[in-house]
Amino acid sequence: MKTVYMDNNATTRIAPEVLEVMLPFLTDLYGNPSSAYSFGGRVARNIRESREQAADLLGASPEEIIFTSCGSESDNTAIMSALNTGKDKRHVVSTRVEHPAVKVLCNELTKQGCRVTEIPVDREGRLDMDRYKESLTPDTAIVSMMWANNETGVIFPVEEAAQLAKNRGILFHTDAVQAVGKIPVDLDNSAIDMLSISGHKLHAPKGVGMLYVRKGTKFSPFLIGGHQERGRRGGTENTASIIGLGKACELAARRTEEENTRVKALRDRLEGELLNRIPNSRVNGGHALRLPNTTNISFEFVEGEAILLLMDEFGICASSGSACTSGSLQPSHVLRAMGVPFTMAHGSVRLSLSVYTTDEEVDFVIDKLPPIIAKLRGFSPFWKPQAQACA
Amino acid sequence: MWEYTDTVKEHFLNPRNAGEVEDANAVGEVGSMACGDALKLTLKVDDDGRIEDAKFQTFGCASAIASASALTEMLKGKSLKEAEKITNQDIADYLGGLPKEKMHCSVLGRQALESAIASYKGETPKEQEGEIVCECFGVTDREIEKAIRENNLTSVEEVTNYTKAGGGCESCHDAIRQLIARVRDEEAPVQRPRLSNIQKIKMIEETLEREIRPSLQQDGGDIELVDVIGNRVLVASRGACAVCKASELTLTHFVQTKLQEMVWPELVVEEVPK
Repeated sequence: MKTVYMDNNATTRIAPEVLEVMLPFLTDLYGNPSSAYSFGGRVARNIRESREQAADLLGASPEEIIFTSCGSESDNTAIMSALNTGKDKRHVVSTRVEHPAVKVLCNELTKQGCRVTEIPVDREGRLDMDRYKESLTPDTAIVSMMWANNETGVIFPVEEAAQLAKNRGILFHTDAVQAVGKIPVDLDNSAIDMLSISGHKLHAPKGVGMLYVRKGTKFSPFLIGGHQERGRRGGTENTASIIGLGKACELAARRTEEENTRVKALRDRLEGELLNRIPNSRVNGGHALRLPNTTNISFEFVEGEAILLLMDEFGICASSGSACTSGSLQPSHVLRAMGVPFTMAHGSVRLSLSVYTTDEEVDFVIDKLPPIIAKLRGFSPFWKPQAQACA
Repeated sequence: MWEYTDTVKEHFLNPRNAGEVEDANAVGEVGSMACGDALKLTLKVDDDGRIEDAKFQTFGCASAIASASALTEMLKGKSLKEAEKITNQDIADYLGGLPKEKMHCSVLGRQALESAIASYKGETPKEQEGEIVCECFGVTDREIEKAIRENNLTSVEEVTNYTKAGGGCESCHDAIRQLIARVRDEEAPVQRPRLSNIQKIKMIEETLEREIRPSLQQDGGDIELVDVIGNRVLVASRGACAVCKASELTLTHFVQTKLQEMVWPELVVEEVPK
């Protein structure tokens, strides 16, 4: 059975171009970039190029890029660095819809005596900017705000938020794991101090990420060890993956436009057709500014895990914000923060596309999903076909 | 994703008896959309009290659908008396087991069955009479107690897996802990055999000899049993213990704890002057 991959916000395939540049570093070019001899030195040169590619994608300078192991490490590094260098400041501002890498860390910080303000969102997942402005205090060490939401694709006005923080002398970090590559990012003209990226969301391999730290930002390392990354992140470099990430950044810079034209058109067609063919369905965050590749649709009166498993029978990969798939007993914290009614939250499905998504795949999902929802509704005690006729 | 048995998958992909029995005379409805799963069970019970037909409607995940499907298969042809004996564990067993986090799906099945049987008899199911403990999922103390008893649950996490209680805001965790303790107390009033005075003295001497003296002697001290009156153990310190300022602490904390643990929980150690 063919895999129809519609879960690119979870992870992405490694681009063939990325794999190609990585392979030599997994075979012949195994030298340690820190070594004195040229067998190591040439690897260091390749890493330098990779750093330049990454910087170019962001409109940054190479020395502002720190390679890490993943997005979570980048997030943790940024927030802990701000607290460690921020003298006695013990307040963190974040949002109610952050990725666990930030959210769970903030919960931990609360236990350790920090004060954390989580800014709420409205029904469309848009940030409450008034509450945000009010939350900034002289005690605030850092704001950590995701650029785009992984579940709904809703984009936050991080540039504006970063400027507001900067005006008050507060560090601003953004988890841009979902945003980079899908929307244009230019840190040259920005008030953002730190920004996290994950390789595997960008067609690079898993196990590599990076953190942008603006020149002049006070920094304290999270992983203490050798002099790698100019003493800002100890540990021998994940050479092949870093080389891959550099290539992926170069590709992403070229493909951002395709994301916003061809991929967006596919997403819009997929979303529109599903809404058309399936009654009692709605897009979560549909009226907000969104990533071009993501749609999060709720199908009323059915449960998400059941939908996913029936889709899996056709090889379709997607994810859900239902309780049963979140590993807890409540629907996703993002949908709850948005106040999505329970009748809708449990039946949410996220479909996320990439530049590798084809017309045929979109057709396939448009064809297969409506009967799946109909089948489950067929034995849902809440589904009354006549109610649908009235609606 | 969860690891489901082939039987669960099969019942999920091809549910048996989905729908509603038209002329049902026993109907059980449990769960709610807010909770994330709900089950409506409709039964046709014949004049001899035998279940002629059983159907289900489920809003829920794969294991909730499979549990409901399995339950209807188990019920068909059974007498109400036999049906009453079906436990949530029976449903899980029929499916070749459920992931522990999904046991509440089998509990939902059992609750729907109870509710259906009660409706047939014109009664209110007992569990629903209790007091709500978990506000997030509307779970009563009776439901929780029943799950604890029937499945021998010992932790809040297990109670959550089986009933969902405690899986939301977590503010009821203390109340759940108390319920677990209460059920455990009911079940385990294991009476220690009463000791005769001679047995007690013998055991105290043995414990002193084996467990206590060696460690005291290491520090140049010793202890001597003077008398046992009821639960009062009268001892005298010897050697270094007799002059040591910490000896009182040693006696009460170390000797008494050991004796309570090894001999009798109500023993009190008293030091007598030499």
